Amino acid sequence: MTTRIDTAGARIGMWIFLYSEIILFGGLFVLYAVYFYDYPELFAKGGKELNRIIGSLNTVVLLVSSFTVAASIAAIQRGRKGQAMTFLAFSIFCGLVFVVNKYFEWGAKIRHDIYPNSATLQDGEPGLNIFFGLYYVITGLHGLHVIIGMALLTVSLVLVMRDRITASRYVVLENSGLYWHLVDLIWIFVFPLFYLVL
Amino acid sequence: MTAAQSYLEQPSPPGRTGWKAWLLTHDHKRLGLMYLWAILFWFVLAAILGLLMRTELMSAGRTIMGPETYSSMFTLHGVIMIFLFGIPAIPAIFGNFFLPIQLGADDVFFPRLNLLSWYLFMFGGGFAVFSLFFGDGFPDTGWTFYVPFSISSSGNVSLTVTAAFILGMSSMLTGLNFVTTFHRMRDKAMGLMKIPLFTWSVYATAWVQILATPVIAITFVLVVLERLLSIGLFEPDKGGDPLLYQHLFWMYSHPAVYIIILPAMGVISEIIPTFSHKSIFGYKAIVYSSLAIAIAGSLVWAHHMYTSGMSDVSVFVFSLLTFLVAIPSAVKVFSWVSTMYKGSIEMSPPFFLTLCFIYLFTVGGLTGLVIGAAGTDIHVHDTHFVVAHFHFVMLGGTGFAFFAALHYWWPKMFGVMYRNRPAYIGAVSAAVGFIFHFVPMLILGMQGMPRRYYDYLPQYETGNFLAGFGAYLLVFGLLLMLLNLVLSLRGPRTAPANPWGGATLEWSVPSPPPVENFTDPPNIKDFPYDFSEIVGNSKK
Repeated sequence: MTTRIDTAGARIGMWIFLYSEIILFGGLFVLYAVYFYDYPELFAKGGKELNRIIGSLNTVVLLVSSFTVAASIAAIQRGRKGQAMTFLAFSIFCGLVFVVNKYFEWGAKIRHDIYPNSATLQDGEPGLNIFFGLYYVITGLHGLHVIIGMALLTVSLVLVMRDRITASRYVVLENSGLYWHLVDLIWIFVFPLFYLVL
Repeated sequence: MTAAQSYLEQPSPPGRTGWKAWLLTHDHKRLGLMYLWAILFWFVLAAILGLLMRTELMSAGRTIMGPETYSSMFTLHGVIMIFLFGIPAIPAIFGNFFLPIQLGADDVFFPRLNLLSWYLFMFGGGFAVFSLFFGDGFPDTGWTFYVPFSISSSGNVSLTVTAAFILGMSSMLTGLNFVTTFHRMRDKAMGLMKIPLFTWSVYATAWVQILATPVIAITFVLVVLERLLSIGLFEPDKGGDPLLYQHLFWMYSHPAVYIIILPAMGVISEIIPTFSHKSIFGYKAIVYSSLAIAIAGSLVWAHHMYTSGMSDVSVFVFSLLTFLVAIPSAVKVFSWVSTMYKGSIEMSPPFFLTLCFIYLFTVGGLTGLVIGAAGTDIHVHDTHFVVAHFHFVMLGGTGFAFFAALHYWWPKMFGVMYRNRPAYIGAVSAAVGFIFHFVPMLILGMQGMPRRYYDYLPQYETGNFLAGFGAYLLVFGLLLMLLNLVLSLRGPRTAPANPWGGATLEWSVPSPPPVENFTDPPNIKDFPYDFSEIVGNSKK
């Protein structure tokens, strides 16, 4: 078995995996599209009940964290190990901020009796039930992917620390970064669909 | 070739011994074998389930089982045959073993990911077995898990769809591996139009595996979430639409049947030139038609839903697209037959099975047009006509191609030659049994016998009784072929490198191959099906 490091191939594999993740969320966006067509006013009404401030904050947090991930790759390319680790740690921290925000958002909704199969949703308009059903499923699945992304970034951080990711060999960091960018990108779609429905 | 030098003796990575040399292997050839034994187990199990079902149907009323058991049986038969046999079999066994060799490579691009795919496959299968014995019993929803029944049914739906989810991950990662290998590990001299057609077909399949499988993943996630949380996304009372489930489900499951058939067609495209001693007719047409089937086949899913209540416009569009998908398949059938024309035909077990494929797949494809045309579908939807159709293409097609691949590549994988006579007897029994089993179903279906029914009206009894005999003959033939192959492993390892006179790269390495595949750099011909040397040698 000849060992060769083919970074182009490693990147191709990662991009293919990302396509599959996009399709995974795509199925949920298909559901959203159909139900938005069925219940446009109720989706707008549901959207107004979501907290735009926290949503915008989360958007900014993820965008910044995507920047710092890219910065960590630039840093390691220049051999700046400490800088790379700092940027990575900051990105992971941003992910944590996102997840904590999500926890508070969901908590607030649950306290107002808005959660799957809750009495308020069962007794209310079916369209509103669908809106919040999709909200929980999509943001829940996205949150799970944020956590997975944080795990990948942590692994990369450890590998940088142990000099297993270096200026000449950093495709693992690049691929983890790609995953994080995807998580960010999905949120860029989720945010307007749920928070900015007019 | 001394015994110590093949992949069966030499592990990769080197230094491992005992069970670790197999369970922790990176070698694509060993992984191919590991898939082989698991998949044969699942195939035989599901075939026996089918036999039990057909025995039950041989007489009206209760014969050997009750109605709930029957429902679980057809669910289990479908789940195993689709997710544990049909989808993985040819890519995971023969794709793994031969795609790298046909490309002149020493392994796939991500060997450890390959090992993970195998573990996911075994884990998913184990999960499915686990769901048999847990709680209120195996699901009775059919492998299609339609809502609302799959949400409310008391069987272990969540466990079973989770098993399917895990199996889907295995399939997706295998596809990812093959696409990357195809693009990055080809021998430098092998341009795209020199790649053997089996590899092309596995490549086209790999794209469908990558892009379609996530749709079923999210669909099954939603089923589990609905069962756990009662969100209501598919329930009309709560604002949902059950038809959306069907769309999402078939958006994967129709491309899935192309995952099932495309590699099989690739096998046929290998065997026919070899035993006609003549280059394949229409190489480029077959390449493009494989890609066309992969693409067009992803656009036709709602032809499973003509009677579901969707709009007439949708019905029309999907019916039209379904007819278009038949065209590239027909291109292949014509190419195969044209290859044989004026060839020097040599009969062999794999070639015989290939001929059976061409006939049975063609019948299956033609019956597909009856179902694909919306008007005629109204009459036969959800009848045994549909059951016969998909068995013609998936068993008469992929099943027979699978057995053809087994008989074609067995000497290469194990270095042994099997006995031809039991192979022919088994193949003939299977083919004749198949016809006697499934042709009555075409008729019963047109006469109105519904599918997935435990019992039926008295006028259908004769057809079902006769079909039962076909079933026994079919299963006998399949088992005889398998037994013959397995028993051949006891014999001496005397198979030559090229017993059939094949022209692709796997026939240029010893049988069984060394762990690194190629001890000398492979000799890439201008055209993969160049038989001039082989034909020239035979004249000496």
